[in-house]
Amino acid sequence: MNPLAHALSALLQPLLLLAAAPLLVAWIRRVKARLQNRRGAPLLQPYRDLRKLFAKEAVVARTASPLFRAAPYLVFAATLVAAGALPLLSLRLPSAAVADAIAVIGLLGLARFLLVLAGLDAGTSFGGMGSSREMLVSTFAEPALLLVVFTLAMTAHSTNLASMVQTTLNAGLVLRPSYLFALAALLLVAIAECGRIPVDNPATHLELTMIHEGMLLEYSGRHLALMEWAAQLKLALFAALIVDLFLPWGIAAGFAPGALAWAALALALKLGVLGALLAVAETALAKMRLFRVPGFLNLAFMLALLGLLSHVILEAAT
Amino acid sequence: MPLLDQAVLVLAAMALFTAFALLAQTRLTAAINTFAWQGALVAAVAALTGRASGDAHLYVSALITLTLKVALIPWMLHRLVRRLSLERQADPLQHPALTLLAGAGIVVFSDWVAAPVAHFDASATRNVIAISLAIVLLGMLMMVVRRQAVAQVLGFMAMENGLFLAAVASTHGMPLVVELGVAFDVLVAMVLFGVFFLQIKNSIDSLDIDRLSQLAEPVEDDERGDAP
Repeated sequence: MNPLAHALSALLQPLLLLAAAPLLVAWIRRVKARLQNRRGAPLLQPYRDLRKLFAKEAVVARTASPLFRAAPYLVFAATLVAAGALPLLSLRLPSAAVADAIAVIGLLGLARFLLVLAGLDAGTSFGGMGSSREMLVSTFAEPALLLVVFTLAMTAHSTNLASMVQTTLNAGLVLRPSYLFALAALLLVAIAECGRIPVDNPATHLELTMIHEGMLLEYSGRHLALMEWAAQLKLALFAALIVDLFLPWGIAAGFAPGALAWAALALALKLGVLGALLAVAETALAKMRLFRVPGFLNLAFMLALLGLLSHVILEAAT
Repeated sequence: MPLLDQAVLVLAAMALFTAFALLAQTRLTAAINTFAWQGALVAAVAALTGRASGDAHLYVSALITLTLKVALIPWMLHRLVRRLSLERQADPLQHPALTLLAGAGIVVFSDWVAAPVAHFDASATRNVIAISLAIVLLGMLMMVVRRQAVAQVLGFMAMENGLFLAAVASTHGMPLVVELGVAFDVLVAMVLFGVFFLQIKNSIDSLDIDRLSQLAEPVEDDERGDAP
């Protein structure tokens, strides 16, 4: 394996996720629309939206600082680098040597920090409200996410995502209570982190409830396009993370073209099913009041903690 | 480890989760349903252990648990809640996060207590002893933190679930005579609790146990104002 192909694969996997992220969002919207007896937008609509936004002029408020202009690029870059640490099609990932699951969470935290600062920067009340709500959600979501990672790391004896996937693949079919709890906790955390329905509604700008949209209100043009794209990438990243950690079967071990094609097919299928499940859940559930969100995320934390404890109690000997 | 034993461990862990859900549940009807689920999980553990060890009487225990804890007692509790018109009453915990953390502490404590026992037992499901001890203690915690009488009874019944799980996991069930006796004790206790609830409701017009600690009805403010 020459170094050039290595570098190429390290670059290509996150770019592939980046390219597929709007499609995943479009798929979720489409399934949701069908469930609500609407026809829904075509699957290419998010790409068209992004192209339109990139072509438009970016308007920046007079009160905004340079941070406001820099934030979209930094948020986008941090999310993309986080996506680079995820084994997507192949386990042989050069970037996995430097970035483990904790680094991914840290990069996502950095992106969120910049997003929150950008929301505060323009000085509008809605931006500040969105930022404060985002911090409330993340205060509860991040400990639960870390606990999930620790639970899985205790089985894999590593926080490196590629070796965690490898351990799951090597073990074959083993029922582990800790994985069950960790999966449930990760699903709840992912819903909160990506701003999906019980926590935040991605489809509206309703001022009383919005979290993510509130921070983006002042953005326009290419800045808005980058922010939207980063949010879509974050959703795809969490979906790929869930698939990687709990259902890794089908991922290629090397770079054989046949195995890679098979891995791509398996990944598309798994993400499609996960997206459809999310759409069903979003149709069936109503959005929570903001002050119920800590309870929701406490449940996620509790589940992750139970996963950790059940690993120690039930699985440590085996 | 065979798949059957793994399934037992998963079901036991889920029973532990239902114990936590019971602790955090504020609505009585939902709590009763959670209790029924816990009974179903414990019965499934008994049936699977019977399948793994070939003990036919464990199937009988599982059947008794299924009829009693999943069907009969939840049905009686639902009827009681309807009769006392408590369906829509919520009983929020005073400190939910603190209570759940105490619950997690109980799980750690149970593991520590049960570790020497598990050390001597050679069976694959020995670690379930810690889980069942935790379910017993969580039921006790529920009886301490809840003010609703019906919720306290649910905690008591959950403790019995934990004991049954411990018996199944450590010694493959108690003798059938003992098990039948315990089952009917629980049933009789349930009937007595029902009578108690009606009495309490008649005398203090509420099922909030805290109000039993006062000897007399609190004096209304306007009456006190009129006295001098």
